Amino acid sequence: MNKREFLKDAIIFFPAAGVCGALAAQAAGNDPATAAPKATPGYDPTDHWYGMGVDVDKCIGCNRCVEACKTENNVPEEPFFFRTWIERYSIHADGEVKVECISTKTPEQRLAEQDQPVDPDVLRTFFVPKLCNQCAHPPCVQVCPVGATFQTKDGVVLVDEKRCIGCRYCIQACPYGARYLNPLTKTADKCTFCYHRITKGLLPACVEVCPTEARIFGDLKGKADRLVRFQRENMISVLKPDLNTEPKALYANLDGEVR
Amino acid sequence: MKRPEQMQRLGIILGLFLVVVVTRFFLLPESWISAKPHQAAKVVREMAKPVHYAGMATCRECHQEEYDTKLGGFHRTIGCENCHGPAAAHVANKDDKAATPPKHRNREFCLGCHGFVASRPNGFPQVDGQKHKPGKRCVSCHDPHDPKPDEAPQDCGGCHGLIARTKAMSTHAELACTECHQAPEQHLVEPRSACPTKPQGREACARCHDTASTDPAAASSRVDFSSHGRTYVCWECHYAHLPEGPK
Repeated sequence: MNKREFLKDAIIFFPAAGVCGALAAQAAGNDPATAAPKATPGYDPTDHWYGMGVDVDKCIGCNRCVEACKTENNVPEEPFFFRTWIERYSIHADGEVKVECISTKTPEQRLAEQDQPVDPDVLRTFFVPKLCNQCAHPPCVQVCPVGATFQTKDGVVLVDEKRCIGCRYCIQACPYGARYLNPLTKTADKCTFCYHRITKGLLPACVEVCPTEARIFGDLKGKADRLVRFQRENMISVLKPDLNTEPKALYANLDGEVR
Repeated sequence: MKRPEQMQRLGIILGLFLVVVVTRFFLLPESWISAKPHQAAKVVREMAKPVHYAGMATCRECHQEEYDTKLGGFHRTIGCENCHGPAAAHVANKDDKAATPPKHRNREFCLGCHGFVASRPNGFPQVDGQKHKPGKRCVSCHDPHDPKPDEAPQDCGGCHGLIARTKAMSTHAELACTECHQAPEQHLVEPRSACPTKPQGREACARCHDTASTDPAAASSRVDFSSHGRTYVCWECHYAHLPEGPK
């Protein structure tokens, strides 16, 4: 066999071997996509459209939701990886708005900030819990070049860590800063509304531990759902409504300065 | 019979086209072409992740008594795992001592929520950690499942910390809250069911601040109520808890 013949045969051999291999894998049921176990029986994702209500007037900034989220979802402990976090807004008399993330502080630092004298220059100060807004029109999904991030039928935006290539486009595209690059998997990571909990009928971990019911979780398709009632009884605002992302994180008593 | 050359070429093109179509639609697995099967698999993987927080309904199955105590008190909205931490491991194996949820007895744990921070909402009970029984553990006076103040709080600042602290540095520091507000007895037990009164008209301020008044404390801040501000009520321009800035 000379070189020319060898190359000619190789052109045929490699694609044919690939196709045969894939067929064999499919026949044996080893295909990574189709071999996965079946979903929770009795759960129909098309029956739900999940959202979260946040009553800003009730948040006491205890940071318990952030700790619970990290425990439940194995979010790295370093204080700059968050699926949910708490911001403190301080509106000053001269119009300046200061925003700081209190979740980056240690419990000792937060304890040391207590019992401070009141600053008469601050007109209004309050805590705002932030999380992925689980947009109905998610900009992060649009920009993913490999289809790794997608919206489920029940309205939750997930990231397939096996398909994600870690290009960070989605982190740039999210107008709410809700995504981060997980340093362990080197892939994009974000709030899932605790998808493994809500599909079993449990509440997301942050809602489960919130002491003042500042967070309300619910199903916007449920007529008598708690979140639907929350929506009806409060003036609801969303973050950055001008971007038409249609967020499903619904804020009540939100100050106009919150971005 | 020899086929015309152009037919041969067409045959090759058609053949290639057929091979591509058959490969694309019948031979290659769906997961090579579309992200949909990967996404469906991801949903299943996500649903199978382990749960760490068992949920209050699960705690209730064994700890009904604590649940009932909590339901009647101010801590009724707080899930068990807020204080006691994730309990799924404890639910799975009750005898595992290492997984038994902790009971926090230290003062700092309670102060994490109940210490004074200006950003906390008005009406949320907050104490000054340095002045309120320093060094004493909270649980020695307050039952965490049914916390009650020792007696109905006389000092409004226990829950209205920001207002009390703001007023303390204003010219109104000497005035008692009751000068302008009357709190019904019910407000101390069920705060949201009976709210304290607020002044309804200009008369409340006119008592001291009208030129006709003789109260010596307000001598330097009197205006003629018949002409000043006309139809506005005073608190549309002045904040009664900090009038015209700190003194």
